[in-house]
Amino acid sequence: MSQSRDLTLRRANRRSQLREYAIQGLLIACSFVAIFTTIGIVASLAFEAIRFFGKIPITEFLFSLEWSPQTAIRADQVGASGKFGVLPLLSGTLLISFIAMSVATPLGLLSAVYLAEFAKPKTRNMIKPLLELLAGIPTVVYGFFAALVVAPIIRGMGAGAGFEISSESALAAGSVMGIMLVPFISSLSDDVINAVPQALRDASYGMGATHTETVTKVVLPAATPGIIGSLLLAVSRAIGETMIVVMAAGLAANLTANPFEAVTTMTVQIVTLLTGDQEFDSAKTLAAFAIALFLLVLTLGLNIVALRTVDKYKKKYA
Amino acid sequence: MNTDALSAETGAKPIMTARNVDVFYGKKQAIDNVSLDIPENQITALIGPSGCGKSTFLRCFNRMNDTIQICRVKGDIKFAGQDIYDPKVDVVALRSRIGMVFQKANPFPKSIFENVAYGPKIHSLAESKDHLEDIVITSLKRAGLYDEVSDRLDEPGTSLSGGQQQRLCIARAIAVDPQIILMDEPCSALDPIATAIIEELMDSMKEKYTIVIVTHSMQQAARVSQQTAFFHLGELVESGDTQAIFTNPEKERTQNYISGRIG
Amino acid sequence: MPDYLLSTSPAMAKRHARHTRFQWYGRIAIAISISFMLLMFTAIFFRGIGAFQKTMIAVDVQFTESQIDPSGTRDENSLKQANYKPILLQGLQQVIPGATERRDRNNLYKLLSNGATFDLGERVARKPELIGTSQRVWVAASSEVDLYVKGKIDPDVPEDLRRLKDRDIAWIETLRASGQVKKQFNKTFFTSGDSRAPEMAGILSAALGSFFSLLICFLIAFPLGILTAVYLEEYARKSRLTDLIEVNINNLAAVPSIVFGLLGLAIFLNFFNLPRSTPLVGGMVLALMTLPTIIIASRSILRSIPQATRDAALGLGASKTQTTFHHVVPLAMPGMLTGTILGMARALGETAPLLMIGMVAFIVDVPKGVTDVATALPVQIFLWADSPEKGFVELTSAAIMVLLVFLILMNVFAVYLRKKLERRW
Repeated sequence: MSQSRDLTLRRANRRSQLREYAIQGLLIACSFVAIFTTIGIVASLAFEAIRFFGKIPITEFLFSLEWSPQTAIRADQVGASGKFGVLPLLSGTLLISFIAMSVATPLGLLSAVYLAEFAKPKTRNMIKPLLELLAGIPTVVYGFFAALVVAPIIRGMGAGAGFEISSESALAAGSVMGIMLVPFISSLSDDVINAVPQALRDASYGMGATHTETVTKVVLPAATPGIIGSLLLAVSRAIGETMIVVMAAGLAANLTANPFEAVTTMTVQIVTLLTGDQEFDSAKTLAAFAIALFLLVLTLGLNIVALRTVDKYKKKYA
Repeated sequence: MNTDALSAETGAKPIMTARNVDVFYGKKQAIDNVSLDIPENQITALIGPSGCGKSTFLRCFNRMNDTIQICRVKGDIKFAGQDIYDPKVDVVALRSRIGMVFQKANPFPKSIFENVAYGPKIHSLAESKDHLEDIVITSLKRAGLYDEVSDRLDEPGTSLSGGQQQRLCIARAIAVDPQIILMDEPCSALDPIATAIIEELMDSMKEKYTIVIVTHSMQQAARVSQQTAFFHLGELVESGDTQAIFTNPEKERTQNYISGRIG
Repeated sequence: MPDYLLSTSPAMAKRHARHTRFQWYGRIAIAISISFMLLMFTAIFFRGIGAFQKTMIAVDVQFTESQIDPSGTRDENSLKQANYKPILLQGLQQVIPGATERRDRNNLYKLLSNGATFDLGERVARKPELIGTSQRVWVAASSEVDLYVKGKIDPDVPEDLRRLKDRDIAWIETLRASGQVKKQFNKTFFTSGDSRAPEMAGILSAALGSFFSLLICFLIAFPLGILTAVYLEEYARKSRLTDLIEVNINNLAAVPSIVFGLLGLAIFLNFFNLPRSTPLVGGMVLALMTLPTIIIASRSILRSIPQATRDAALGLGASKTQTTFHHVVPLAMPGMLTGTILGMARALGETAPLLMIGMVAFIVDVPKGVTDVATALPVQIFLWADSPEKGFVELTSAAIMVLLVFLILMNVFAVYLRKKLERRW
């Protein structure tokens, strides 16, 4: 064995070693983009929000019951600096999300149960893509439909029943958003239901339970943590949803629980504050970032709780 | 062919009879022309190497095979003289008469009490809350579990040990007051001590119930059963009095299995 | 026969009835969702289908030189910008002689689209020999006339509730009677940008804006996404760091899309001073948004590739990198591409983040590159949906139809790709 060959091998080895390191470095750099994105989001929102809290005290933002961000028209109009209480926006967001969830939960869960437990494979293979189609429709389309078709229908039904419904009612936006969430809930719950071990179903059938009794008394209770997780994910979606509410809910910051009235949401206000002519240092535009930070904390919090619940559930039956 | 050939050995009255049963999974035949009687208030053991079809055959008795879509059962199975595959028969009602205990203990993720109460509740067997409690306690006692869990009935069933879980499943099956209890290798996941407890339990249970047990352990079959049926490759090779099968089998294949030449 | 075994016993019947009922709840729930979708599609279809046609009015025009090109230079720009209103009006007055008052003349002229004079200008500039001749030209009708001809304005509505008055309608009918009104395929819709006038508005600039944004999105998100997935699946050992990256990705997938828009606004626009309202920034924001989807999809594809593939390559003395990029990644490529296209299909429908970075402008010109000011299809839909003119309802619905067709095409392409390139292992 010649020594020179040995050397070439070693040199080639070192070179390929270097290349391995270089490529690995590149890959690590790519994965860091995700972390930088998160840091970027948190930093940019926090930075602008802090500037906002320099102008408007955080206590007013969190506890004031009034939202009217119309700032002074003339620079010397110091008093008219607007009211920046986030609570009416939060209540509007929660009201619409609540309506959406009251539509989406029964529809989504019943669909999931039917598809996972009762439907023949052929039906299942036909229905599932149809429901997924519903999830693929852009939200701007839902928004257009809500404003153009659903809101007038709801208004008309209200008029028929003799009471007034705002043309931008929380009900219209919420119910359409509910339909949007159905496929989301049904596919997550479908997974969860399928994860319930067959042994539990067998035990129930072996006792002489009907299929429905098995589903309602064994499968669903066993799947409850997972289902709650998927519902929480859906709530987080509803809270962050923008286009439907921008197009179908109003701008009026009403602190109300009446689904027939117009309410506004956090996302609607972010859009309103940041589109059109803007002056980047005004409390008005900075407020959008404070709302967004609030929104982020809310959705991420929900999300983390939801993922934990689902994870724990999956481990239980893994 | 004399279909009664395999039922004549004992004097006990059969509560369940199977005649010329074939089972198919899709195109594959899992059970080939099996006829067998199950005598009342005795323990019948189905033995044979794994994959011989004994569990499949057991699941015909309470139509658990119905839950498998590709599974088809042909032949004639009678319970108390009634053809259980008759379209008029309600499989739900049938299973409340013929309970089942599975290979791996499968308590519901509910409390011990709720596990046992499940059957009586769905079949509306209890007239009152007290009555329900009564049924639960009696069942737990019959399954020999009550003394161990009497102070923690509201703890989850899954918190019990493996052997206790299996006895919980037996209590759950007893709670609907079935006539027959099918046991599909109930001890295969248990340690020897837990196994011994369950075997003892089965012995005391046969006063009130008819038991059919699938087991891969010949020793277990010999210990607990009065009747034994030996399955091989989807066929019933031989059946009869346990004593006779183990000491003096008629067929060579049985002899080979018992002596360990077929695994 | 013991009757308790029979399904006819009352207790059993009740339980089975409950089973049947419960199954129906499921069916009804699915039916509600799907019929909602069908209702939405039909509503949009019937509102939007009309936009693919547009009403044209024939005018007999006298291309008098004194009016169009008094200097006689035939200069292209001056021909384009000449005032064609008088000759169009004259042409109309030949059919409707009654309209002589100033206000009547204005109203009569308003039957035509504002674009009609530009249209004539283009024609004359292209073919100057028209000057001095008399021609019948078909020009676009105004949006109100268009709606009336399509039957979307009810003449029975009290006159003061509509913009098209009784006399306008009479004029249209006169024109129609002399064969001077027709509907034809609405090319404008596909070939022009936005406009304040519905009959002149099109989706081309928005569609190109979407195209450029998606291009940028793909160029950034695809390599980043699959390389991240490769790192996490093939290289990374389980550590705090990889856990952190994983948690990060999962949570990013749930961040509301509008927050990504704010990120773009604060970082890309205000900090890096990238050009506002451009597909470049839009694409970057969409890329960050789709990245988690692509990573998650690619990881599951990589995970599904059997260990044997890796062992075989490693066993031949291939390095980790060679194994990964010569053997594992090619196998996973179709799946990862499919995941990316599905992610991009979602990005195509995204509106909110683009609003934040100013891609919500009124864009007439067709963008020629990624740094031109542009809007995007869904944003165009949002803008039109917000416009008060009735004619825009039709356009909005039509634009939605186009958007949905693109989405379906992307999905079909993704599925096709998966089927076509899928290798069995």
